[in-house]
Amino acid sequence: MKSRKLSIPYIAWMVVFTMIPIVMIGLTAFRDKAGNFSLEPFAKAYDYRFVFLKSLWIALISTVICLILAYPLAYLLAKMKKSTQKTVQMLIMVPMWMNFLLRIYAWKILLQDSGPLDTALSLLGIHGSYIGNTAAVVVGMVYEYLPFMVLPIFTVMSKIDNNLIEAAQDLGSNGAAVFKKVIFPLSIPGVISGITMVFVPTASTFLVAEHLGGKDDTMIGDIIDKIFLTDPNTGSAISLILMVFILVFLILMNLFGDEEAIA
Amino acid sequence: MEQKQKKVIVSLKDIFLRYDGEVILNNISLDIHEKEFVTILGPSGCGKTTTLRIIGGFVEPESGEVIFDGKRINGLPPHKRNVNTVFQKYSLFPHLNVFDNVAFGLKLKKLPKQEIKEKVLKMLAIVDLKGYEKRSVSKLSGGQQQRVAIARALVCDPAIILLDEPLGALDLKLRKSMQLELKEIQQQTEKTFIYVTHDQEEALTMSDRVVVMNNGSIEQIGTPEEVYNEPVNAFVADFIGEANILNGTMIGDCRVRILGKELECVDKGFGTDTPVDVVIRPEDLIITKPEDGQLTGVVETVTFKGVHYEMSVRAGKCEILVHSTKSAGLGSTVGLRVIPFNIQIMNKLLPISSNTIETTVTYADEAGRYFEFELEGETLTVKDKYIPQGSKVRIHLPFNALSITGSGEGDLKDVYIESVIYKGEQNEIILESDTRKWLMLSDTDEQVATYVPLWFDFKKASFEVIASPDAKEGDL
Repeated sequence: MKSRKLSIPYIAWMVVFTMIPIVMIGLTAFRDKAGNFSLEPFAKAYDYRFVFLKSLWIALISTVICLILAYPLAYLLAKMKKSTQKTVQMLIMVPMWMNFLLRIYAWKILLQDSGPLDTALSLLGIHGSYIGNTAAVVVGMVYEYLPFMVLPIFTVMSKIDNNLIEAAQDLGSNGAAVFKKVIFPLSIPGVISGITMVFVPTASTFLVAEHLGGKDDTMIGDIIDKIFLTDPNTGSAISLILMVFILVFLILMNLFGDEEAIA
Repeated sequence: MEQKQKKVIVSLKDIFLRYDGEVILNNISLDIHEKEFVTILGPSGCGKTTTLRIIGGFVEPESGEVIFDGKRINGLPPHKRNVNTVFQKYSLFPHLNVFDNVAFGLKLKKLPKQEIKEKVLKMLAIVDLKGYEKRSVSKLSGGQQQRVAIARALVCDPAIILLDEPLGALDLKLRKSMQLELKEIQQQTEKTFIYVTHDQEEALTMSDRVVVMNNGSIEQIGTPEEVYNEPVNAFVADFIGEANILNGTMIGDCRVRILGKELECVDKGFGTDTPVDVVIRPEDLIITKPEDGQLTGVVETVTFKGVHYEMSVRAGKCEILVHSTKSAGLGSTVGLRVIPFNIQIMNKLLPISSNTIETTVTYADEAGRYFEFELEGETLTVKDKYIPQGSKVRIHLPFNALSITGSGEGDLKDVYIESVIYKGEQNEIILESDTRKWLMLSDTDEQVATYVPLWFDFKKASFEVIASPDAKEGDL
């Protein structure tokens, strides 16, 4: 009984700041401007289907790149001495102490025409534009969300019982076999939570594409940001669709995760 | 039990290992024969698990050789050794089911699927887990998990199975039945088992030979009967079974004096008037009428233990433990007899009559009447005693001048408790500091293999100046 009483503040918080807003978005999404029931917001949302797909595409690429970068890093990190581990973990976290927008501005300056990257590459005789395209958006996303991929994988990996690794060696596994048969399968839960923690926010984020991307790189988060003040109904409808997509994605990830744990 | 004719399968030669400056294994040598069940027994921290890990290839000794089947295998990684381990906490792969856990080693050997299946199923039948193939290992009980771990090691058909306290986490009843089962599996599969435990009963039950270790050294190797009946020293006697360990003096061959009484025994060759440790097992003491006893004492406690009564008899200051099927009246005076054959004489663990420090006075104050000297990097002050600076002095500290129960850092910071042996009146404690050993007496029970601060009470010490500062060495 005691534990139930303790949970009251959290339940109240969830109701006020999570449940009610979701219900309100749901209600708003099914109304026209006059406040009558209508599917019009969804019809308008349909106009943004390509933006929507592009957002998911950018989120997918960013997540995959994050995973490719983060997995070996997390693996090395888990193998380091405790003292080195702390330092490296700090270094991974430090950029996150800075404001999100500032980090994006920093990239904007780095990538802009005649910026440091452009200048350096020009000296080598390579000319080009590095901002205002999808790649720049992906770079920004990867930079923003890499720690969210590294940390869960690292946490899971560092919890792998060293005895299991010794047991695998004892049974005849060399280094590669230990990784393939023990470390990798046991790190899957970390990979799944990493993917979730990167994919979900990248799919719905805003400002990154606006600052680093070109005209065609507008993401759904930016659309919601723009449209909500003038047309909350359509904004709500897009949000709702995004939410459903993310929900489906999470369910799929969970299914995948459970299967991995059993197999 | 014709062990001598069997081939030596693994042999450790002068294994020495340090970790963080602490000596973990101090020149250990051990031969293990084919098809033998050897138990390495000792208190925690004695180096037994490390010894096992050296054979398994997880730890490399600093010096010394590991010989396997005639070949030196130092530096050979675990996966190339024909040895499999049953780990202390099972270490089953949580992402694999029972079948895949057991098949792990065979799959790495790239055996045909059908063969793997046959072998795994056969092994699961041996460990009594038929029909459990598809179960998740996390849903098994402790005993079942243990059996999977044993099957996983056995199925690889190694020459040696190493077992690191595999029954430690099981409850008493399960542990007993698993002990018998393990012994049965060992005999059935005809493998060499090297088993590590701190449980002396387990060691006696299962082993062909027992290796008793303490503080990085092997104290005794022998059959269970040998280590129980003829312990080489007080540590082994105390660690294995219950024992009365008393201070005695060997008067000559076959004559020993304990508790002021001269008794006949069967041991020879200790010289004359040699201080020794004497072991008498509680079940070897016979209660008689006071006038018929070799020793007399007053019965202080009587406890019924099922098979026998456990009685504590106080003879003088000394407490003697007696096991007998007949109880004696509480508070009554009884006699105790023991046949000469059952008196076991052993050399003292640390044959010294006092703790002696030989040192040079580094500073002395005649007016303040104190002097200082250095010991293992610490500066110690002796109050109420003036010995001129530069003198060479020998300080004799009797056993009761040492203590480890004060507060603060101590005269020596971290000394290691090597052994604690109850001698009927007091505990005889052997301590090890950086460069030497100390012997002290204490009324409190101390925990072996822990680090404690050590104090010296110089009021109880005697001093012997062996060279005055004017002498040649004084300038040094």
